[in-house]
Amino acid sequence: MSKSVSSTRVPLYVLVLGLIGAGLFLTFYRHYTFDVPWLPDAKRQIWSIEAKVEFEALGQPVKLSLAVPDNQPGFERVSEHTASPGYGLAFVDEGVKRRAEWSIREAKGRQTLYYQVDMLFDEDSFNVTEGVPPVIETVTYAGPEQTAVTQLLQRARARSADAFTMTRELIAEFNNETQLAQLLVQQKSRERRLVEMLNLAGIPARVVQTLFLEDGRRRQTLVSYLQVFSGDQYALFDPQTGQQGQMENQLLWEQNSSSLLDLVGGRDSAVTFSIISQEVPASRIYQEKVAHLKNAMDFSIHSLPLEEQAMFKGILLIPVGVLVVVIMRILVGIRTSGTFMPVLIALAFIQTSLITGLVGFFLIVGVGLMIRSYLSRHNLLLVARISAVIISVIVIIAAFSVLAYGLGLAEGLKVTFFPMIILSWTIERMSILWEEEGAKEVFIQGGGSLLVAVLAYLVMINPIVRHLMFNFIGLQFVFMALVLMCGNYTGYRLSELRRFKHLVQER
Amino acid sequence: MNLLQYWRERTVYGRLAGKGILGMNCRNIRYISRYNPRTLYPLVDDKLKTKTLALEHGVNVPDLIGVIDNQHDVRKIAKMTDGIPGFCIKPAKGSGGKGILVIDRVVDGVYYKTNGQPISLQDIQRHISNILAGLFSLGGKTDFALVESLIKVDDAFRQFTHEGVPDLRVIVFRGFPVMSMMRLSCASSKGKANLHQGAVGVGISMDTGGAVRAVQSGRPVTHHPDTKQPLSELVVPQWIGMLELACACYDMTGLGYLGVDLVLDKNRGPLLLELNARPGLSIQVANNAGLLPRLRRIESIKKPEKFPIVERVAYSRTHFAAQSDL
Repeated sequence: MSKSVSSTRVPLYVLVLGLIGAGLFLTFYRHYTFDVPWLPDAKRQIWSIEAKVEFEALGQPVKLSLAVPDNQPGFERVSEHTASPGYGLAFVDEGVKRRAEWSIREAKGRQTLYYQVDMLFDEDSFNVTEGVPPVIETVTYAGPEQTAVTQLLQRARARSADAFTMTRELIAEFNNETQLAQLLVQQKSRERRLVEMLNLAGIPARVVQTLFLEDGRRRQTLVSYLQVFSGDQYALFDPQTGQQGQMENQLLWEQNSSSLLDLVGGRDSAVTFSIISQEVPASRIYQEKVAHLKNAMDFSIHSLPLEEQAMFKGILLIPVGVLVVVIMRILVGIRTSGTFMPVLIALAFIQTSLITGLVGFFLIVGVGLMIRSYLSRHNLLLVARISAVIISVIVIIAAFSVLAYGLGLAEGLKVTFFPMIILSWTIERMSILWEEEGAKEVFIQGGGSLLVAVLAYLVMINPIVRHLMFNFIGLQFVFMALVLMCGNYTGYRLSELRRFKHLVQER
Repeated sequence: MNLLQYWRERTVYGRLAGKGILGMNCRNIRYISRYNPRTLYPLVDDKLKTKTLALEHGVNVPDLIGVIDNQHDVRKIAKMTDGIPGFCIKPAKGSGGKGILVIDRVVDGVYYKTNGQPISLQDIQRHISNILAGLFSLGGKTDFALVESLIKVDDAFRQFTHEGVPDLRVIVFRGFPVMSMMRLSCASSKGKANLHQGAVGVGISMDTGGAVRAVQSGRPVTHHPDTKQPLSELVVPQWIGMLELACACYDMTGLGYLGVDLVLDKNRGPLLLELNARPGLSIQVANNAGLLPRLRRIESIKKPEKFPIVERVAYSRTHFAAQSDL
């Protein structure tokens, strides 16, 4: 416990201080500049909707325009992406209409274009139903059509008080007077006719294309609804039943009475929708909103594509597990078999969940040890022996998966997440330990490894830890500094206090 | 101030620090990594290299009967030991006494271990095969087997051992012997001389070679558990010669923080058994003394290389003497 600092240690302390300084600077910079919160905050629901446009190109220039959703009461657009190799793309805002326009000089054969949008569900603004009413267009009718229209409108007006009740009654009339209705929908769609008739009665209305959002649905199509205005307030009506109101999962995809898709240079077009729901921390939503505010100082994983981000989510947690191992070995003095084996086991536990992971670990290592003890009778060379153990581990894992599946235990399939090579080495080491030092040492080291693995797992699944490590890459430098500091600790380990205790308690 | 005093006098941590007990972290950072260059490790991790080096430097070692370095030569063991009453087979890269097979006597082609258990030639050959496969070596590396002649236990130790050969561990720091202990095998350690396997550790005073204190499995003992001999009577004969041999090991390896294991042969005197670049900390328990004050004293010597072996031994005997507790 000398108080003097050896001169050779000074550069290390400078390095540690530098790392902590740089790490904290980056961390605070990210917090204040990008408003990334310190703690993970409430989750918000995001609907990711993918529109898949398919058509047959005719070998000519292709121009394609797709209506895309805009911000609206209840839904806020967070981000949008497209996947359309070779196509030029522009988002066009024509007043209130928003469209994605693709173009290409020449295309032939089956074409598939994707448009993906993330809409944030906002409960507070959902009940706001304000909008700019469309212009009333008056259509003139002749002959039997005029008679039918006049008749239906008169009855509906007589039984209604305002624009919304008028709409409801008109749809009811449509359903009751099937013969008149039949006559009217011969030329135009039911929705178009209803809008025309409402316009005729002086009520602004239009047809909107809506999408019902259900998690995990694929190949969905849009459903037409009526949007009827009374002043700048509007209401949605189901043109079939006359039901008034917007469902919470009903998104207005197109609300300007224009077409969903315009295509030049192709045929047989179709648009289908896939929908998934995600619970996302509010911080990520903010991130996506400022995604275009890229900055040289923004050392953020968030600038990577989604797939890589998911990978880094795991990688960035490893320093936490490593620090747990360092602390347990250097400060506490727990013996583990294989220095960082516990971290890898902990990573596997994250995939499998703790109980499944522990059961799987005991099963695999237990059976592996039995096979290994049989192999040791044959005096094999080391590399061949380990290889045999690896193959055994794979067979064990496969057998457990099949068995678990057969018994209807879906959890059992997760054993495949265990790192097989690492498990094989663990089995080999424990087996040698058993032969050399006896079963007691195997349980001490095996138990130590599992204890450290469980601790690392508990720290690594902590949502606050995950949030901090993923969002503040500067913390990696701080962890580096902590590890270096541990590497410089010359004091006693906790286990040594126990080991040497009687030396100072005797007298 | 009060808090500091409390920490020093009342807490286990503070009192261990006050006593100068060396901990694992401190040993690794302050002593092993500072004084033991990694390039020198092979000299001590490979017993054949140690032996060759020792012979070059005139350090006495047990006689080498032969080396078996490939599976094909395993069958030569019978011819190699023909006419030799007792021998010992060791893995060259083994550690902690693992894989050592001692054959006491051979009667009509049947080999007897020190505990009297007979084993066949095939058993011996299988043991050698295991050594070659790396079963006992660090990290499972392929290894070779050394066949050495038996050490004859000096009469002074006959009363203090069960089966095995008692050895003397000396910690040599920058060429100065700083602490030592005898390791006596007993029935509960199955003839092994490792403290964590249940052997008795006897702290030895650096000036006289007499026993200071004895522990077994961390508990103080006063008599050998099997022979019931009072350990206070244990005095290492040829003490100065033992210490000089230990110092010579520093000169030949250059390892600044070294554990030297010595034995005393009835006929040949002090012999070097093996060297250890990462000697354990239990020696402090056996001596009931901390290594740190002694290590610091040696560190304060400006030019230790100027001291010849005789002076180093004299220095240690003067400064590191201890009173017996037994």
